Formats: sequence, C-alpha cells, structure tokens
Amino acid sequence: MNTFLESLTRRRMLRGMLAGSAVSVGLPLLDIFLNGNGNALADGSPMPIRFGTWGWGLGMSEKIFKPKQYGASWELPEEIESLKPVQKHLNLYTGFNGFRDAAPNLCHTTGWVILRSGAAPMSGNDKPNETIDVTVAKKIGTTTRFPMLTMSATGDPRDTQSYESASLINTSEGSALGLYTTVFGPDFQDPNAKEFKPNPKIMVRQSVISSVMDNTKKLEQMVGAEDKQRIDQYFTGLRDLEKQFERQLTKPEPREACVAPKPLRGDIPTGVDFELVNKRHQTMTDILVMAMACDQTRVFNVLYSKSFASTTKPDYEKPHHTASHEEPIDQKLGYQPMVSWFLRRAFENWAYFVGAFAKVKEGDGTLLDNMAIYASTDQSFAKIHSIDGLPMFSAGRAGGKLKTGLHIDGQGTTGCRLGYTLMKAVGLDLPTWGNQSNQTNKVISEMVV
Amino acid sequence: MRLFDRVSHRSILAGIAGSAVLALAACSQPGGDAKPAAPAAAEATLPDTTSTARVRLMTASQYANVIADVFGADIKPGKPLGPLTRTDGLVASGAAKVGVTSGDMMKLQRAASAVATQVVDNGNLEQEIPSHRDSLVPCKPKDPAASDDACATKFIAQTGRLLYRRPLTNDLLNEYVAKARKAAEDNKDFYAGLAGVLEGMLVDPNVLMITDIAEADPKHAGQKRLDAYSVASRLSFFLWNTVPDDTLLKMAESGEILTPKGRTKAVNMMLASPKLENGVRAFFDDMFAFDDFDNLSKDGAVYPIVTGTALKDAREQTLRTVVDHLVTRRGDYRDLFTTKHTFMSPALAAIYQVPTRPGWTAYDFPESSPRQGILTHISFLAVHSHPARSSATLRGKALRELFLCQKVPPPPPNVDFSALEDPTSPFRTARDRVNFHLQNPVCAGCHKITDPMGLALENFDGGGQYRDNEKGVAIDASGNLDGANFKDVTGLSKALHDHPQVPRCLVRRVYSYGTGGPLTNDSNDQVDALTKVFASSGYRVPDLMRAIALSDAFIRITDAEVPKATASAAASPAPAVH
Repeated sequence: MNTFLESLTRRRMLRGMLAGSAVSVGLPLLDIFLNGNGNALADGSPMPIRFGTWGWGLGMSEKIFKPKQYGASWELPEEIESLKPVQKHLNLYTGFNGFRDAAPNLCHTTGWVILRSGAAPMSGNDKPNETIDVTVAKKIGTTTRFPMLTMSATGDPRDTQSYESASLINTSEGSALGLYTTVFGPDFQDPNAKEFKPNPKIMVRQSVISSVMDNTKKLEQMVGAEDKQRIDQYFTGLRDLEKQFERQLTKPEPREACVAPKPLRGDIPTGVDFELVNKRHQTMTDILVMAMACDQTRVFNVLYSKSFASTTKPDYEKPHHTASHEEPIDQKLGYQPMVSWFLRRAFENWAYFVGAFAKVKEGDGTLLDNMAIYASTDQSFAKIHSIDGLPMFSAGRAGGKLKTGLHIDGQGTTGCRLGYTLMKAVGLDLPTWGNQSNQTNKVISEMVV
Repeated sequence: MRLFDRVSHRSILAGIAGSAVLALAACSQPGGDAKPAAPAAAEATLPDTTSTARVRLMTASQYANVIADVFGADIKPGKPLGPLTRTDGLVASGAAKVGVTSGDMMKLQRAASAVATQVVDNGNLEQEIPSHRDSLVPCKPKDPAASDDACATKFIAQTGRLLYRRPLTNDLLNEYVAKARKAAEDNKDFYAGLAGVLEGMLVDPNVLMITDIAEADPKHAGQKRLDAYSVASRLSFFLWNTVPDDTLLKMAESGEILTPKGRTKAVNMMLASPKLENGVRAFFDDMFAFDDFDNLSKDGAVYPIVTGTALKDAREQTLRTVVDHLVTRRGDYRDLFTTKHTFMSPALAAIYQVPTRPGWTAYDFPESSPRQGILTHISFLAVHSHPARSSATLRGKALRELFLCQKVPPPPPNVDFSALEDPTSPFRTARDRVNFHLQNPVCAGCHKITDPMGLALENFDGGGQYRDNEKGVAIDASGNLDGANFKDVTGLSKALHDHPQVPRCLVRRVYSYGTGGPLTNDSNDQVDALTKVFASSGYRVPDLMRAIALSDAFIRITDAEVPKATASAAASPAPAVH
C-alpha cells in the first residue's frame, strides 16, 4: 500500500475539480486516512460532520417553484429545474412560515432573521439571539483552524446573515482571492504532507499572544460596563487565535480528499452583474470545498445574493430587487418573468454548490454525505414582502442522520423547525430553538433517519 | 501662532465667533485666503457639559494611516478591518459600539503578520527593493543571528510608544524584550524576534481600540477628565485620523496638553499641519457615506464610460473639492453646494464632457453649466442611483439623511408597484413614476419628503451624465425643499445652501465624530451652541473643529471608571529611549 501511495499523485487524481468541471473524482480508500470500513478516520474517530448555510435573496416564483408532489417522488418545476443533477442530495421545504408575533414586518429582514436566529427582530438594527451558524460553530467548530468561514458572492463584506449580537457581526469575505489567501495562504499546513515541522513563527506568535491577552485583561478593568463586555469579546477572539496557533503546532490528521487549490491569478472584478456573481460564487465554492476537505473549518456561511438582492443583468435596467417590486405579474405566465430569470440564476448556483461537495469522495461516501447545509431566503413572495410559505432547502445527510431527495410540506408550522432539525443532526442537544411562535421542539420527522 | 499661545481656549472660541460677523459678507465667495480666523471680542460660550468616555475600534482608514505614519507609506497594511455598522450617520460612531469577532481577530493577525514581515524585511538588491529594517529599526544588532536586548528595547519602546499612543510600562517593555530574545535565539534571527513582538502589538486592543482613559478632574471635584494621552489620541484621531505624533506625545508626557494653553497650542499646531487634510477628508468620506463606493459598479451596457476608474475618481473629485474648499481656501461650508470650482481627471472629463487633460487639474464649471456644488458631482449622483438608472427617491433620501440629519423611514411592506412597468402605463419619466407613489397614501408620506428634492437631480442619469430628456420627454426638474420652491438643480443647491438645518447637521456630525460616538439628547444644547459658533465663524469647518477640540466637553467625560494604578500603561512609563 505504501508503494502505491508513493506513486500516487493526488493532484493528478483531483485535477479538474477546482476548475468547476463535472469530473467525478473517485479516490481509492487509503488506509492512512480511514479505518477498514471506510466510515471513520484511521484513528477510529468518526468522520467529522460539517454544517453550513447558503443564502439567496427574494424567495421564489411560487407557481413555477413549488412542486406539486411531496415525499420522495417529486418533479422539479420550471424555476428550479436546474437542480436536477443534485435533486437526490437535497430536500426542498415549502409551506413553512416565519412568525412575526408583535414585531413589525421589516422588509427583506424579518424573514431571514427568523430563519437564521429563531426570532423576529423588532427593528432593522435589532439582532435577536445569535444566528444558527454561530451556535453550531460553538459545538463543532472548536477543533479546526477556523471556527467558521463566512463569504458573500456579492463581493460586499457587509452582506452577511451571521452575527453573534447586534455589535458582533460576522462580516463576509467578499473577495475570492481574499478567501484563498485566508485558507490556503502562507499559514496553510497541508494535512497530507509527508513531514510535519512546526512553524517557528507560530511558536513566537503563541508566546507573544499570551502577553497581549494579559494586556487585554488589564484593559478590561479600565473601562465601563458596556465596553468591558466588548473587551471581553475581544479577549475571546484572542483566545480563539491562541487555539488556532496550538492547532497549527500539532500535526494535522491526514485528509483523504485534501488538495490545496492552485493560487488564484487575480481577483474577480467588483460588481453584481450576474456573471460576475456566478464566477465569484463558483470560485469561492471551489475554495470552500477544499477548505472543508482539508478540515480547515467545519462551519461556513455562503451568501449568493443578499436579501435585497441587487444582482443585475446586462441590458435590463433594474436590479433583481427593484424588478421584484416593479415588474408586473405576466397574466399569461402567472409570474414575473425577469424576477424568475434572476431566481433561476440563484438556483443554478445552488445546484453548483451542492454538486461541488457531492463530487468529493470521503470514506465510503462523499463530503456532502457528512454535511448538513441549510439554505434560506428572506421572503416567499418578494413583491409584497411576504414571509408566509418561506421556501428553504437542505443538502447533505449529516453522516447518515438525514434523508435527502424529499419535498416536505411544513403545513404552516414555523420554518425554524428545519434549523432545529439540522442542529440536532449535527450533534447539538437543544431542548428547543427560537422564540415565541417561532420556538420549536419538533424536528421535521420526515427527514430524520 | 504665538498669539494663540497666550490665550485661553475660551478666548479662542470668542475669537472664532467674532471673526465670523465680518466674514459672513464675504463667505459665500471663497477666495484664496488661507489665514486663520483672527480673534475678536465677541463672546461665545458653550454649555458646561461633558462627553462620554469611549472605546472605539479603529476604522479601516485609521488603521491604514497608523501603519503609514509609524512605518512609512510603502508598508502595505492590507484590509483587516471590515466595514463597520453606520450609527447615527457615521461609521466612526459605529466604531464605538462594534465588537471584534474571532473571524475579525484572525484577519487582524494575518495583517499584523504581513506588516511585521515587511517592517523587518532585508530588501532585495537584485530587485531593487530597499531594506525596510535599515530604516525602521533604529539600531543594528551586534549579531543578526542572535538576540540583542539593547537594540530590541530601542525598537520596541519607540514603536510601542507610537502604536500604543503612550509609553509602554516597564513591565510590558521588559516582557516584550524577553519574548523577542527567546524568539531570536530559537530562530537564530534577531529580526524574527522583533517581528513576533510587533505582530503581537498589532493585535493588542490597547493599539486597535482607541480607549478613553479617565482620571480625576482636579478642577471639578468628583468628576473625571481624559488623561493626557487620551486627550492626545482624541485630538489626533479627530483632526488627523491617525495616531499622535512625537510632538503631541511629548505634550502628553509633560502634561502640557491638559492645560488650556497647552491644548490650544496643540490644536493650533494640528490645524496648521498638512495632516489636517487627512482628518477633513476622512470625516467627509464618512459623513457622505462614500464607503458605498467600495462596492459600487454601473451597468457597462447602459453607462459604458462610467467605469471603475471613473467611479474611483468621482469619490476623489468630491473629496478634493471638499478639502480645497474647506481647508485650503477656508470657504463657507454651505458653499460646497453651490461652488463651480472642482477638480477633473481624464476619466471624469469624458463623463462631464469637458476637455481632457492629463492627471488631476483644477476646473471651474462655466456659469452656463447646470453643474454646481457637490450634489451635481458624479459621486453623489452615481452612488445614489441604481446600476442602470437614476433614482429620485434614493437621491432625495440621501439628501435628507446625509445633509439634514433626518431619518427617512423604510418603505411599507405591502405595496404593489407593478403599474410602473405596465406596458400600457403612461409612465415615461421618473416624475411620472414617483407621482404614482404619491397617489398611494401609504407611500406618499415618505415620498413627499424625498422625491421633490430628488427630482431636481433628474437632469443627471444614474451614471451622473447630463441629459435633458428621458425617453424623449423633456425633464421637469422643478421641486421644493421644506417650503423653498425651485425650478432646477441650481435652485435645489441654493435651497440646501440656505437651509438652517444644513450647518446644524454638520455640527452634529463633527461633534459626534470628534468625541467618538453617537450623541444623545443631552448633547442638543452643546450642538446648538456649537452651531452658533459655527455660524459666527462664517461656517468655516476648521474653526468648528477648533471649537470642538477646545471645548470643555472634549476632555471632561462621564461613564468611565478611574483607572486603577496597576492597569494604566502610563502609570509607570519606561525610561525614554534615544
């Protein structure tokens, strides 16, 4: 086996995948990576389960989005027919609601905040609870180099649906080059490298950071109560940095599918023209897939378009959001044609995203099999800012705990049930999730194995 | 300057007020007079009040300036600090509320590592890259492959004093030197030790969080004031958008900056410095929400000449105009809305359809041109539009929020705008479209306060290009602003120039910016009084900044604890290192 391994060029095996081609990569089960059954790592520890979110703006065109059938056998309607190659890897959820209770309907905000945090915001600046990714990262993001990665294909770091509180917003990486440098820049340690030599620079960092942490504690004693909390948050960041250094000084476990992507030659130009967004999204996806395969993180947030999706199309003067309000419903078609055009681009990218993880072999399945991806939006019918019947998707089987390939009817229950179910699937033991009418302790039983 | 040395800060305020009475007659036509306002006899008093102690995260531009000022402009700082939440009209105010996430911390560490690597790099003779270590490390180790405590002490103390904006305590200095020693020995590289310590300093909250440290106020029993180093920092980030320089730190070290005379001296020195331009530029970039340019792009098919370069230049054009008008010419702030004078780049000249010359050149729009004032700059017109069309509503909303400090409520959730795009509809111009909104009582409330202003800018499309018709229909650019009717953008500019809330809004923003955070209702008296001072100065922004910087409230603070002796980095300063 060793002889075989030595002659194997892993880069050759995976070549093409990062360019986004449809090459399906079949890796042999290598016993330095896995146990004999291919369902656990070589040291016997279970395959890591990963969690991520994917977001798109402005909901759906219900007439051509919502399948007529439920369960395991459903036909993809026109607006989401691009999901065909990945239909078996995902679930579609319709008929789930976001409940405002006494909160106002904040256009393009209330819906996503409910689905991501379990609570309706009282104002545009209100950030109730923490978002689901933050909760999950506290559980499963503690052993990797990055607790989580957050990125936006819009290119704007302000476009994010991840926060710890109103003052702790996880801004997005808006640059594909920036994402590459973050993950695969000089500090990346290839888990499959033949030799591991602790980086002396990191040892220096580890030494100095302890002084900085002492300074931080002293500073905390010098400020008022509110600022004390902010300094304490800062200290938490330093502690996470310290842990990151510790991990970088420890030999990483080999990862079967890990191949560092080639450096990007340049960045993708600024702009939200749909082709630029596509390119940014797909490049970020490719980098993220390898970040997961190389176990650099186990939690992520990807935004294809923000809630007020501003994606544009050449020769059409309105961005997606403006079109959603101003374009009339075509009486013959029964939907807004241009709005649907923008939505179709979003769903094509969702298909690309799911497919990218499904292509990577891991153990006796794929990387996607060991993931739970939660995809949500801000409105159901954006034209009138409706948050009834919010469409959602999930992808991945969370290590065999979830079924896929289903269309599930929420029957008017809170959409937070999906987040709750996914959190349970990735190992969080929460009695309930959400507030008021969005609070739930009911998993979506149809999807649970 | 000597005159200012002899007078108290209250006298300075009085001087500003006095000069303004005379200045008003001439202020609407800014000339080349760059002399400071002459003190006169009129009295202007500010309320006996305090400001709030703040802990502010450095903004991205401050971080970049700090790296450039401490290490030189050729050290690339990266972009470790992301966009902050705009609060009360300013990103700078959001900095007083925002926290640092673990993700932010990792970005900061990577940037710190990159900066430290550059600072100690040894250059490359073949590639003609100079050695930074030769110029930025003030000594040479006896052996570059070994530790050298004396040289390490010198570098860490000097650099630390600038970054921390106060001398390092002996304890911290010794600790850092010890860490540098160990790193140098482990790596057999003196400079690896310096880089490691510098990297740590650049993620220290004492560096990245601009913290107001309080001490007992000897003039007001039981009350607090900023300590000398915090005064230096507050002044420096306010007026220069960067760390205090050596002169300011020396004034803090001696305590001079805490005396009225010393503070006056410091403020006048700062206002006379070329760095004031950085401060004014940073403030207006923030107030005008020009961070929106960071991700702005236009539909290339609709506006082929409104390129990324042109948009970058558009931001620069307005900032150059602001600095030239307010700082170089000491012009009336209100005249920013009517001035014909600006600067032109080749990329902008194509859009403005004026003759092109290489580089940036001063330019005056002809009297016959509809362009006058910053509202007619491509910057404002393009950033408050859609990618492929103009928006009277976005522009009107921006005018209200940016220049009048008003808040336009968000739109109602359930409105059907389909009639706007109905093929059979008669809506061909923006005015037709917004009139449609006014028919709906749910929409009308807000659109009545935004659209009449925004429609006056409809002679400029979403890329800022002039047009006299939309889809063949002549544009009617008439409108009104809070009772002032006008027929075109020239009238709007004049109405804004004369609007009483325009100077008050600026005062509110500058005061908030200077004292480091959002204002409360308790600040209204202070804002009112400063508005009078501003008016008396002839609406000269540097004079407003001086008045704020010299006000009692600038250094008297509330809601901060008196620092404990062991906690103050200044409590036991290390010996000066030369």
